[in-house]
Amino acid sequence: MNMKVSTALGGLLALGLAAPVAAQDSVEVMHWWTSGGEGAAVSVLKDDLEAQGISWQDMAIAGGAGEAAMTALRARVTAGDPPTSAQMLGMTVREWAQEGFLGNLDEVAAEGNWDDVVPPAVQAFGKYDGSWVAAPVNIHRPHWVWANAELFAANDLTMPETWDEFFAAADTLEAAGVIPIAVGGQPWQEATIWEAVVLSIDPELYRSAIIEADPEALASDGIVESFDIMRRIRGYADDNFAGRDWNLTTAMVINGEAGMQIMGDWAKGEVVAAGLTPGEEILCAVVPGTQGSFLFNTDFFAMFDVGEEDRAAQLAMAEAAMSPEFQETFNLAKGSIPARTDVSGENFDACAQQSMADLAEATEADQLFGSLAHGHGQPPAVQAAFLDVVTQHFNSDLSSEDAAQALVEAVAAAQ
Amino acid sequence: MLRTIRNWMPQIALLPSLILVTVTVYGFIAFTILLSFTGSRMFPRFSQWVGFEQYARVWDHPRWEVAMFNFAVFGALYILLTLAIGVALAIFLDQKIRAEGVLRTIYLYPMALSFIVTGVAWQWIMSPDLGLERAMRIWGWESFRFDWIKDNDLAIYCVVIAGVWQASGFVMALFLAGLRGINDEIMSAARIDGAGPFQVYRWVVVPALRPALMTAIVVQGHLAIKSYDLVVALTRGGPGYNTELPSTFMYTFTFARGEMAMGAASAVMMLIMVSVLIVPYLYSELRHAD
Repeated sequence: MNMKVSTALGGLLALGLAAPVAAQDSVEVMHWWTSGGEGAAVSVLKDDLEAQGISWQDMAIAGGAGEAAMTALRARVTAGDPPTSAQMLGMTVREWAQEGFLGNLDEVAAEGNWDDVVPPAVQAFGKYDGSWVAAPVNIHRPHWVWANAELFAANDLTMPETWDEFFAAADTLEAAGVIPIAVGGQPWQEATIWEAVVLSIDPELYRSAIIEADPEALASDGIVESFDIMRRIRGYADDNFAGRDWNLTTAMVINGEAGMQIMGDWAKGEVVAAGLTPGEEILCAVVPGTQGSFLFNTDFFAMFDVGEEDRAAQLAMAEAAMSPEFQETFNLAKGSIPARTDVSGENFDACAQQSMADLAEATEADQLFGSLAHGHGQPPAVQAAFLDVVTQHFNSDLSSEDAAQALVEAVAAAQ
Repeated sequence: MLRTIRNWMPQIALLPSLILVTVTVYGFIAFTILLSFTGSRMFPRFSQWVGFEQYARVWDHPRWEVAMFNFAVFGALYILLTLAIGVALAIFLDQKIRAEGVLRTIYLYPMALSFIVTGVAWQWIMSPDLGLERAMRIWGWESFRFDWIKDNDLAIYCVVIAGVWQASGFVMALFLAGLRGINDEIMSAARIDGAGPFQVYRWVVVPALRPALMTAIVVQGHLAIKSYDLVVALTRGGPGYNTELPSTFMYTFTFARGEMAMGAASAVMMLIMVSVLIVPYLYSELRHAD
């Protein structure tokens, strides 16, 4: 009898003791990488940490390009119970850092030499007030043209390097009876095209109008011209583009229904899933006129200020996320390129290799800019104001001049 | 002692739910109203008070303009059409027809679906590349066009169609109950007094249906103001933001854009709209009850 009681007590004690030990060596990670390839990419990190004896609590929240995850995150933080880490885009990292919720990664950053291997424009988001607060895991490039190689060969077309060539190719494709340009009519997709168009007109216009939101630049002829080009692009889309998802749009190019699509390098995921090779059956080239410059968006693991007992596991996670091995495996699965520039490109496809070379060149020439459509150009409220006008122009008969004027007003109202 | 407890028992039993409702409904309404006067962005912050500035920002916003216009179109058509169709169905079903039970179930059944299901199904039906338009063309009517859902000005009418399909059966049920509640003897008496069918309807049936009409307007009206899931499933607010409604505006600004105070201001505007509809109704109902 006595024995039994003491055993039970011992068991309870053991449980009580075990709980805090387990808590010390675990990380809870919130993210929205829920598609097949992305899930596989995340499990690389999970396995890595579990090999170190750190358990991984997955908090995957699908939907709305992270909108649902951010809503859930806010509720958690408001309740005083932040996860160890959360996936975030650049501007969101900055907002959370401003609110004072993020921790400090300077120890592991110094050890891992982050300051030297991460491009400065990406550092600007990963660091706040001189300290690292988030670990960048990838670099996406949103301004690509994807084209069906078979259709291009059949019509004697090459990848366009200027807008004139682009629209000439579109005319040829239209004459051949296919949809020249596949467009997904959702605000972020339309903005992905628009920001590339602005960049193609003049990288300095992108800097002043979009990054600096200078009202004079926003009302300039360059912006009016960008809306003219958007109108022309819409003329080459089919009638049913409104509301179409990006992956269905990419599928139109893959199955030869449409000739070209302007979309970020995540489109490669669809190409690979269809059993094709990016650069061969589906051609890639940067949007006409944007050669030499580079728009980027990066996924960060933002690290919350979690207190001493969870810090060791958190730092181990940050270190693992920034290891060259993880960055290579993860980005091979994700379609992006590593945020560390010292990872070799030999295992990547032709489009990614071009991205890596262009990134180095653009960094050198100070032509590397955050993408507006993907949370690296302006804070969410101002970004949304841009998207409102771009989508309103694209889905109506608003004139280019009126759109530029509406842009000036909407941006001023949101600031 | 026991008797005192017994006398207070109903109040004691109601107390928990009363507290719950006070806090979760009225408490949060008060919280939202307070929030709408602050400069809160990502988180609620009660340190900076800006007066009615957030309301001015809401009313200046082009998206709110679109949302209010759409609400006027959607609200008016949704209420009028569900009423018209519901009343018509109820009158037809009331003609002592065969298989009434089956028909009634069929008409009422859409109400059992959530708006999300309705929205997704109608999105497929109305999408030109896989729905009605495509089917008609495959069957040989090559020039058939039904692409409202992709049209900037007509997309809101698609929301009306799906909403009316869903809710007409419910209005029918309300009116059918009202019609069945009319005492046959009164109708007979009217006929004996020489009233024709039109006069019977005008002076006997319609007045008897007044409570059903009030209920239908109030229920459908506040559904129209709250309507969120239907738009999200059907058009996601698109093309562009041409099918934005006040509710989608509120969600977007509060949660996606980090404009919490602006979202709160728009929520208060919606509350005012609901009140305009409900308060006169409650007033007249309560007066009748006295």
